[in-house]
Amino acid sequence: MPGLIGKKLGMSNIFDDAGNRIPVTMIQVGPCKVVGVRTAEKEGYNAVQLGFGEKKKKNLAKPQVTFYDKNNLPYSSVIKEFRTDSKAEYKVGDELNATFFSEGDTVKVRGFSKGKGFQGVMRRHGFGGVGGTTHGQSDRLRAPGSIGASSYPSRVFKGQRMAGRTGNEKVTVANLKIVKIIPEKNVVLVKGAVPGAINSILEIHKK
Amino acid sequence: MRSINDYITEEKKIEFPNFKSGDHIRVHVRVIEGDKERIQPFEGDVISIRGSKENRSFTVRKISSGVGVERIFPYNSPKIAKIELLKEGDVRRAKLYYLRNLSGKAAKIKGKKNQ
Repeated sequence: MPGLIGKKLGMSNIFDDAGNRIPVTMIQVGPCKVVGVRTAEKEGYNAVQLGFGEKKKKNLAKPQVTFYDKNNLPYSSVIKEFRTDSKAEYKVGDELNATFFSEGDTVKVRGFSKGKGFQGVMRRHGFGGVGGTTHGQSDRLRAPGSIGASSYPSRVFKGQRMAGRTGNEKVTVANLKIVKIIPEKNVVLVKGAVPGAINSILEIHKK
Repeated sequence: MRSINDYITEEKKIEFPNFKSGDHIRVHVRVIEGDKERIQPFEGDVISIRGSKENRSFTVRKISSGVGVERIFPYNSPKIAKIELLKEGDVRRAKLYYLRNLSGKAAKIKGKKNQ
């Protein structure tokens, strides 16, 4: 079982045994209910589907309500599928929480980065801008420069990096270490930063 | 923004005297040399207290053989063994960065008058 669904709570810091301050992200992981199991025989691949969070019955479509009721599951707000190597040893209705992880584990955290709106090429792609403000040059400091030559190819190549909507894209941060687990609150502390704003939904994959 | 204290009940902490900017304090710092641990005092004036909750820290400034030395300590640092409040200072602001530009007698903080 490679991961759980979580919610970013914010960042803080704790001290390790040597007295060093470690930056940590607090993530609420679970409790996640297994809402479905996919097997190689039936669906062609092995995976488990996990549900996280709460949703009111009136905000759910009828087929979903029937599904949850039939399987005796709470109404979850997020459902995500996690691939497993072999047939999952979980069945529908099992609950997974922070104890799924252990201290010192390496995890991969996936989420949507903060939306940054329409940004220029310097912010979006790390361009250097067009340097120099002398020799009559003006208003060119943050410009992309030439985007294509004139006689050949006399067009702009596809995939040319330009300004546009930035952020709010799926980002994966690998090799994060779990520093501490607080099982009674279902919270794990992960060293370093993870993508997204506070309260955004994350996938935490165990390595 | 939630604080880590919402999730971790703070471990028993040593009580500090309630010092503020301008006070003269002595911080006893745990220093690990090889596998031995010893206590090293750092004595100076508190020139700034910043942050809140678990991010709170304070800066202590002293003059060591003619050179100004500043150390920033997090309040919750386990490296702090003890803090002694030696003298309360009489200052008008919270951040005493102006002391960096002064030297000698001008850089002295007036003590609070005892009643």
